Amino acid sequence: MSPPLDDAVQSAAGSVSLDEIDVISDPQIYQDDTWYPYFARLRRDDPVHHVRESRYGPYWAVTKYKDIMQVEVNHQIYSSASELGGIQIEEQPKGMDRPSFIRMDPPKHDEQRKVVSPVVAPGNLANMEGLIRERTIKVLEGLPRGETFDWVDRVSIELTTMMLATLFDYPWDDRRQLTYWSDVAICNVNSPESPVHSEEERFAEMAKMAQSLGALLNERAQMPPRFDLLSMLAHGEATREMPIREFMGTLALLIVGGNDTTRNSMSGGLYALSEHPGEYQKLRDDPSLIPGMVSEIIRYVTPVIHMRRTAKEDAELGGKQIKKGDKVVIWYVSGNRDPEAIENPDAFIIDRARPRQHLSFGFGIHRCVGNRLAELQLKILWEELLPRYPKIEVMGPPHRVYSNFIHGIRSLPARIPA
Amino acid sequence: MPVITYIEHGGREHRVEVPSGLSVMRGAVDNGIPGIDADCGGECACATCHVYVDEAWLAATGTPVPGSQEASMLSFAALAQDNSRLSCQIKVSEALDGLIVRLPEGQH
Repeated sequence: MSPPLDDAVQSAAGSVSLDEIDVISDPQIYQDDTWYPYFARLRRDDPVHHVRESRYGPYWAVTKYKDIMQVEVNHQIYSSASELGGIQIEEQPKGMDRPSFIRMDPPKHDEQRKVVSPVVAPGNLANMEGLIRERTIKVLEGLPRGETFDWVDRVSIELTTMMLATLFDYPWDDRRQLTYWSDVAICNVNSPESPVHSEEERFAEMAKMAQSLGALLNERAQMPPRFDLLSMLAHGEATREMPIREFMGTLALLIVGGNDTTRNSMSGGLYALSEHPGEYQKLRDDPSLIPGMVSEIIRYVTPVIHMRRTAKEDAELGGKQIKKGDKVVIWYVSGNRDPEAIENPDAFIIDRARPRQHLSFGFGIHRCVGNRLAELQLKILWEELLPRYPKIEVMGPPHRVYSNFIHGIRSLPARIPA
Repeated sequence: MPVITYIEHGGREHRVEVPSGLSVMRGAVDNGIPGIDADCGGECACATCHVYVDEAWLAATGTPVPGSQEASMLSFAALAQDNSRLSCQIKVSEALDGLIVRLPEGQH
């Protein structure tokens, strides 16, 4: 079953000249949720497509699962380096760019990633599970009954912000400050709904973040190492002396990575279930489906729309000749809907076979370091929701984020039957 | 057919027959052995089919080539040891009949 779409959009995507398909970089199609047919068209007619002109200059649009995978595992060719343009189709302005290990190649990427990865490794997840469950229960029990509330604010943001405050060991009562910085770091400054409206303003807010968290980090540098991100950065050999813009970038990476994507999966998961009542019933009938459903939610939502790489040498990809210096954009939203890799990919199926095989976390050396923590939080959310509230009603469509990078839901009205 | 023994982190053993030519990862997945996630499906693009090869079998399975994609991915796995391998990169053959692999606490 294809997602419902206006006939007009469907036919526009089918008949438009491929030369005009730079529409996929338009943040509006993600806010309007009209992106599907453009990618279906590209996968069918030109899976590694050269976009000659776009608002972000020329680039390659890679839209099939297997080609995306090839880019992911060949980091020697397809670089993430900040100085070559980084990881987004829209580059950070020169002089204001903020490197971090997601925007680096080996060996520095490897050294920095290894400083922080223990906090989200299996051993520590087992330590955190009880705490996450306790908080989830508290948040859920505090929800109103019989009245409409914003699921994003009351559940998705609340839970992921608590998690972030724990990971950073950040002052509890000020924790929404972390959410604010996350939104500043990743928002599209051209959206009237964004907290900042220019790159200069963003940079200034990020500098304030670095000052505030830098003070905490300096305190922790004076203390014995602890198991929180700031202490780990303060004591890590590869991270303890970072230039200011790199410090800003690293904090932004950990904050955004540590909450925004999980937030949107918490919101998108509820919406997907409400749109697929048969699947919601399947879940109520058999809660042991939760782990597989969590993976399916993460695939279906695809919280990160794309990643970008820059070719460091000439290469062949999907029969096309990529030239050194070319900008290569891998569209996760498209690869996750590729019928050659995933059976019936437009359908939301909570008990599908091989649910873990999706692109949402990326693959290769930049694969999401927090993926298991994200899954754990989502699993606990649904484990605790089902016995308390067998049905959450979604009262209206989601209000989505204007972005071609983060696939976000800004608000989602929901109600627990009285 | 070669027999492979997978030992879960908690100690539970699974002895299964795996056809030659398949990977040790595929043998686990096809037999529903818990503890091997294999998120990438065998592309050597994650590290979620991480196993510890029994010391007696290390010479037969070999160790990852330094600088290879497998070595690189394994370097990000939690709790990697000298006998760590990604099981999608070990091809089952008659020479590996009797192979024993142990599973880590979790895949990451």
